[in-house]
Amino acid sequence: MANLSVEHLIGIKHLTRDDIDLIFSTADSFKDIINRPIKKVPTLRDITIANLFFENSTRTKLSFELAEKRLSADVINFAASSSSVSKGETLIDTVNNILAMKVDMVVMRHPNPGAALFLSKHVDAKIVNAGDGTHEHPTQALLDAYSIREKFGEVAGKKVVIVGDILHSRVALSNIFCLQKLGAEVMVCGPTTLIPKYIDSLGVKVEHNLRNALEWCDIANMLRIQLERQDIKFFPSVREYSMLFGLDKALLDSLDKEITVMHPGPINRGVEITSDVADSKQAIILDQVENGVAVRMAVLYLLASKIERN
Amino acid sequence: MSPVAILNSKHFELTINRLCYQLIENHHNFENSVIIGLQPRGILLAARLEKRLSKILNKEHIQCGSLDVTFYRDDFRRRETPILPSVTDIDFVIENKKVILVDDVLYTGRTVRSGLDAMMAFGRPSQVELLVLIDRRFSRHLPIQPDYIGKSVDSIASERVLVEWAEVEGEDKVMLFTPNKEHG
Repeated sequence: MANLSVEHLIGIKHLTRDDIDLIFSTADSFKDIINRPIKKVPTLRDITIANLFFENSTRTKLSFELAEKRLSADVINFAASSSSVSKGETLIDTVNNILAMKVDMVVMRHPNPGAALFLSKHVDAKIVNAGDGTHEHPTQALLDAYSIREKFGEVAGKKVVIVGDILHSRVALSNIFCLQKLGAEVMVCGPTTLIPKYIDSLGVKVEHNLRNALEWCDIANMLRIQLERQDIKFFPSVREYSMLFGLDKALLDSLDKEITVMHPGPINRGVEITSDVADSKQAIILDQVENGVAVRMAVLYLLASKIERN
Repeated sequence: MSPVAILNSKHFELTINRLCYQLIENHHNFENSVIIGLQPRGILLAARLEKRLSKILNKEHIQCGSLDVTFYRDDFRRRETPILPSVTDIDFVIENKKVILVDDVLYTGRTVRSGLDAMMAFGRPSQVELLVLIDRRFSRHLPIQPDYIGKSVDSIASERVLVEWAEVEGEDKVMLFTPNKEHG
């Protein structure tokens, strides 16, 4: 019987290929369950999970919360804006106070890279990283790869281009690790200023021309420009970015093959992707959202099975 | 472990036949009855029953599904590794149907308890019965008894009952393994 090789889900970097395969096969069962009339199983009924969001989130937070509730876990939510963090409390103190209320798992989003790893070393709970600054967003990468596997049967051998703000994107880094572990080829595409300097050391191709990138790929993952993380101007204007790196229907139709379009959300319609592309048959954006719940259920189930009983 | 054969392939066949006729006594032509095999090994028995019943009743389609109970078990976090789920495939409505739950070996009754819970996620059957090929009597942890029994076996906890199938292992047979005394 298989088990995850890790105690926490901090990043895809720490997972093995077997771990990812185990998560996917478990997610298959959960996907089946969430499409039944009664979408809930009693498995985690004695587990309490705290969702700590020190940064805004809609989709990820809802997706985790739904996954937790469908596993019958007890859930408490915490948003930094309405908490004692604004009164000067440290991260460890905040979390230890929550754990004193007998919480078994923590799902955390934090603006600082490494926050999840730091927490996993200092508190006694299973940690699931729901995004740590510009570092990793492992469940997003898992659901992206899972969606590719669902559409194409397998991820190995597929060519995936990640387009946009690679420099500030935790989705990009986690996706690169995940897709490569599953045997896909990865390319990143964006303005020079938004591509990290030594990214080719990760074994990815780099392209600055969107048409060339799209002609190479089977799947294009279009990222949002993270203006909230950009303290200086990385490109002259959003309009110029959109002209050079935005995907519209004309460009999509002019390719000699039918590529699949993904987006981790939230979409800035008309910037990185136009409405007619986002709503087209080639986009699997809503499948990604649905799969997100199943993949997160699988991660929570597998990590919870490692919690010792008192 | 020295194995003792409880059922050989000939008796196996006879037992399946008898179970089918017992089912027909209560369920007539299976108009309002469905068979659900519990994963992983009950589905083989369910499939065998379905095949034989179709032949006896000369009826093409008897509704038969498979049910995975992994997420309903009561031993989550009491094991070293998590149990990996199998496929659930119930492509019919069980609401107001007579359900025959099928498993190969009934031992503690805990799997069947999980199965009852898992099944309720698909609707409210009018009646549920339990059919097992081997009933290990006197070893129940829960008040669960089968309605149809292939063969009853008196065994102790250290013994193990294994059902083998022609489709998987190459031959139909049921074996009882008893630990050797000299090896403890």
